[in-house]
Amino acid sequence: MEFIAGKYNYWIYVALMMIGFYAMIAKGNLIKKIIGMNVFQTAVFLFYISIAKVREGTAPILWDRTVLYDNPVPHVLILTAIVVSVSTTAVALALIILIYREFGTMEEDEILRIQKNGSAVPPGKPE
Amino acid sequence: MIKEHAPVLVILVPLLSAVLVPLVGMLRNRFCWHVAFAATHVSFLLSGLLLFRVQTNGKISYRLGGWEPPWGIEYVIDELNSFVLVTIAFIGFLATLYARKSVVAEIEPVRIPAFYSIFLLFLAGLLGIVITGDIFNLYVFLEISSLAGYALIAASRKREALLASYNYLILGTIAATFILIGIGYLYMVTGSLNMADLRERLPALYHSKVVLTAFAFFSVGISLKLALFPLHVWLPNAYTYAPSVVSAVMAATATKVGAYVLFRIMFTVFRVEFDLEVVSITSILLVLSSAAIILGSVLAIAQTNIKRMLAYSSVGQIGYIVLGASIVNETAMTGSLVHILNHALMKGTLFFIAGCVLYRTGIEDIAGLRGMGRRMPFSMAAFTVAGLSMAGVPLTVGFVSKWYLALGALRADLWYLVPVILVSSLLTAVYFGRIIESIYFGRAEDGHSSGSLSRERMHEAPTGMLVPALLLAVLCLVFGISASTTVGYAEAAARLLLGGR
Amino acid sequence: MEPLQSAIPLYVVSVSLAASLLIACSRKAPNLREFWTVGAACLKFVLVLSLIPPIVRGHIIECPLFTVLPGLAMHFRVDALGIGFAATASLLWILTSFYSISYMRSLREHAQTRYFTCFAIALSAATGVAFSGNLFTTFVFYEIITLCTFPLVAHKESAEALRGARRYIVYLLGTSIAFQLFAILLAYHAAGTLDFRNGGIFPASVSAAYLAIVFMLFVAGIAKAAVMPFHSWLPAAMVAPTPVSALLHAVAVVKTGVFVIFKVILQIFGVDTLMRIGAGIPLAYVASFTILAASVIALRKDNLKARLAYSTVSQLSYIVLGAALLSPSSIIGGFAQIILHAFGKITLFFAAGAIYVATHRTEISQLDGVGRQMPFTMGAFAVGAFSMIGIPPFGGFLSKWYIAIGTLEASALPILLVIALSTILNACYFMPIVYRAFFRSPLPETDSHHTPGHDSSPSVRRRIHEAPALMVIPLVLTALATVVFFFMPSLVLDLAKIVSADALGGRLR
Repeated sequence: MEFIAGKYNYWIYVALMMIGFYAMIAKGNLIKKIIGMNVFQTAVFLFYISIAKVREGTAPILWDRTVLYDNPVPHVLILTAIVVSVSTTAVALALIILIYREFGTMEEDEILRIQKNGSAVPPGKPE
Repeated sequence: MIKEHAPVLVILVPLLSAVLVPLVGMLRNRFCWHVAFAATHVSFLLSGLLLFRVQTNGKISYRLGGWEPPWGIEYVIDELNSFVLVTIAFIGFLATLYARKSVVAEIEPVRIPAFYSIFLLFLAGLLGIVITGDIFNLYVFLEISSLAGYALIAASRKREALLASYNYLILGTIAATFILIGIGYLYMVTGSLNMADLRERLPALYHSKVVLTAFAFFSVGISLKLALFPLHVWLPNAYTYAPSVVSAVMAATATKVGAYVLFRIMFTVFRVEFDLEVVSITSILLVLSSAAIILGSVLAIAQTNIKRMLAYSSVGQIGYIVLGASIVNETAMTGSLVHILNHALMKGTLFFIAGCVLYRTGIEDIAGLRGMGRRMPFSMAAFTVAGLSMAGVPLTVGFVSKWYLALGALRADLWYLVPVILVSSLLTAVYFGRIIESIYFGRAEDGHSSGSLSRERMHEAPTGMLVPALLLAVLCLVFGISASTTVGYAEAAARLLLGGR
Repeated sequence: MEPLQSAIPLYVVSVSLAASLLIACSRKAPNLREFWTVGAACLKFVLVLSLIPPIVRGHIIECPLFTVLPGLAMHFRVDALGIGFAATASLLWILTSFYSISYMRSLREHAQTRYFTCFAIALSAATGVAFSGNLFTTFVFYEIITLCTFPLVAHKESAEALRGARRYIVYLLGTSIAFQLFAILLAYHAAGTLDFRNGGIFPASVSAAYLAIVFMLFVAGIAKAAVMPFHSWLPAAMVAPTPVSALLHAVAVVKTGVFVIFKVILQIFGVDTLMRIGAGIPLAYVASFTILAASVIALRKDNLKARLAYSTVSQLSYIVLGAALLSPSSIIGGFAQIILHAFGKITLFFAAGAIYVATHRTEISQLDGVGRQMPFTMGAFAVGAFSMIGIPPFGGFLSKWYIAIGTLEASALPILLVIALSTILNACYFMPIVYRAFFRSPLPETDSHHTPGHDSSPSVRRRIHEAPALMVIPLVLTALATVVFFFMPSLVLDLAKIVSADALGGRLR
């Protein structure tokens, strides 16, 4: 019990990560994959933030009365990682837009079929 | 000034130029290339300077912003990464030279400024991965280069490239996130992100489950990134559909950087003892890389598209690089490291030539190369040299790597790896031999069969594309005939990694 | 004696290499191109000759080139064994050059520039092997020969030629990478050097099993020696134009193979080491098997070049046998066979080519009465055949004699029987040709076996109708040479005795 409750942050992170990971691998819809990717990455951010927590610590602000504060370094790291994550999402979404314009669908299996059969939705014809 | 700040300038120059290029592009589209060319040129010269300084004075440590190492970000240039750095900067430089004509043919004109900008970002990211001594900084650079890489692949006019890029993005992100998790675990138990510092702190914690988990995430993440069999699935499509210059650069540098990261984590952050005694990762890698070597070659034989064949051959060649590291002795490690350069030279040539052929004739299939020896004699000569080198013919670079790998295997009493290497050489000889034969002895489909006069008019690729390819092909020979220099660098790096083992 | 430093070996090798460049550049001027070939051939031979006197005096000529890797260097080191091979190859190149020029022009072959270029490179590489001072150098030139003879074998560019050429390269390149390179690696691993050294390079501490494996890999890896079961590339290579078959597949390429085996046996392992691990006699039996089996196959071949090819397979194994017996006389015999078989076999191939040019006939069953039409050619053919069989007034007798004595020295009597049997078989497959040519009446000219695409000149039944003089003269000369060697055996035996003494020197001293 202690093993589960005492480290609940890890369990949450692992559960979220697996959900995201599953979506990235198993979903055929490109958007759903991206959603999974975001969940996956956010899980890792949570993990970082949770390991930065110091019991009874306050926000890491340089302030003359504070003696105990959370470790600020993971926060900083995660700020960077969030930027990375957002850029990744942006690139992925841009790709999806291009794919949709080209193939008229966001389902991976359909795209593969179109690629194989050579039949094409007229290019440059979204919506 | 330049000398002192060279470590950071190597990266800053392309990074800042990446911002500059779109601005220049607004003024004049064609000046973009000049900026990119200047940036990669400077970067290459600086990396050469760093290599020279490391060879004469030893390790260089550069403190970014003047912060002390364990806290601030440190750039460390030692025998290992100065060597890899020069390789990447050199290929990047040649690729920019090559890109000028190639890009015009393969990328829509409006996208060209963006292309050069992203290309520079990509290079800056790769150089950053190599030069940094901070493990989180490594992650950031890894993502910079990866994101730029996805965009570069998607820049192709081929619509298949989009899905290839997307799939690469998904797998690449998984890899990067795994590495991020690994970093998190290491930070959790050590409180440090500096590689040298981690090296000092970790041995006491080698049996901690957290450290083991971290290592597991690292190995899977990096293996995915460097396309080690069986995690190579993203690579063939990505290389096949990307613009030629991108395929060339990625094959020659991106996977090499992955291998470099693997070595850094395995042998610098962790120590050899850990790899051998605690996790025995080396025996796993031994099996995987042997499988990669054989299957990469077998799959390459089955291909009909030139670039896809080269991509599968890359999978096999990555196997060589990892194999050398998993044998864990200095000889094999030397082979592995020198193969980073050697393979970059060979694969760079081959992809460049594939691009030349595409540019001139639009041919992408191996069957289309029949009789090409008369139409594009110089290109095909370079292709032949690189192909022979891939097969490990003596006096080419391919032989040097294989010699060291095989000798290293023997010295480690792993004699059964020698047949693996030799059989794969044979398979490589088969798929390149087949092509070389049809280049020179095949008849082009529309060819007339009579007369000793040339059947078709000679029609070479433009000089700007031909020169980088020929230069690389010549280097395949030069460093194969007189390998002492490159092997010397690789040996010093191997000694550094393995600590005299 | 102390080694002499000299750059002449380098010149010897680079003369033909430079010539190949000049030839390639003279595509537009065939006469100039042919001049380069002949000039380079003559110059090469003169240079080789200039090396002979010091070698006969017992010197060794060293010529270090460059270092590829620490431990791997390109290095020339000329000894009696090497000079014998180089002199043979370069002398025969002169004759072959004239012959090829005439052959190629008579048949109006295509891609002649490529042909002469590759030929010159092949000769460079063959002398490179002959002069190499370590296994690495040997390996490099060995592979160069394989690669640059591929275009020669595939010369016709027909499907059949490509198939033959593919088999040729798969066998040669495949075995050399899979086995020879492996053996070289193992040898380097055990000995720490690849330099040729009389008496061998392996320290006594290396186990016999290890050495036996390395030895087997070497024998399997040097497929150019055509020891069974790695012989089938040689008949496949007969799709090449006849001058190629003549010089390369009777002299340069195959002799490179047996030469390397000689080198490996005498100067990598050393006679003593091989005696210790007992690897000589098994190899001698493998060679004996090849001698007999190839002769039997030759009997059944109707195509003249195919029969000659199997005869080559058989005769090459005499050389391997000579080395494998490890006795003084057998080494002399094996070395002599390298030279004498070259002259004999090139005569036969030249004759086959001359017959083809004059009559477009390729099968033995079509040769009835050809001797009357082509007396010089067939006369030379008969001389070559006698030499192959080993009949006394011809050179071939010498080598067989010494090898036979060698079997006695090695007390391997069964092998003596093999030699006797093989001599009978040789007679069985050569004599019918000579008989047909001279004693059967010519076939009617309605024979339909003409090579398509060429008109054979009609109505030439009884008249003398030889091939062009430039083809006939070389083959008459080589035939005469086999006779000369019999009457002046010291031409061969002086060097052979040095080879043998060097190889066994350790024991004699």
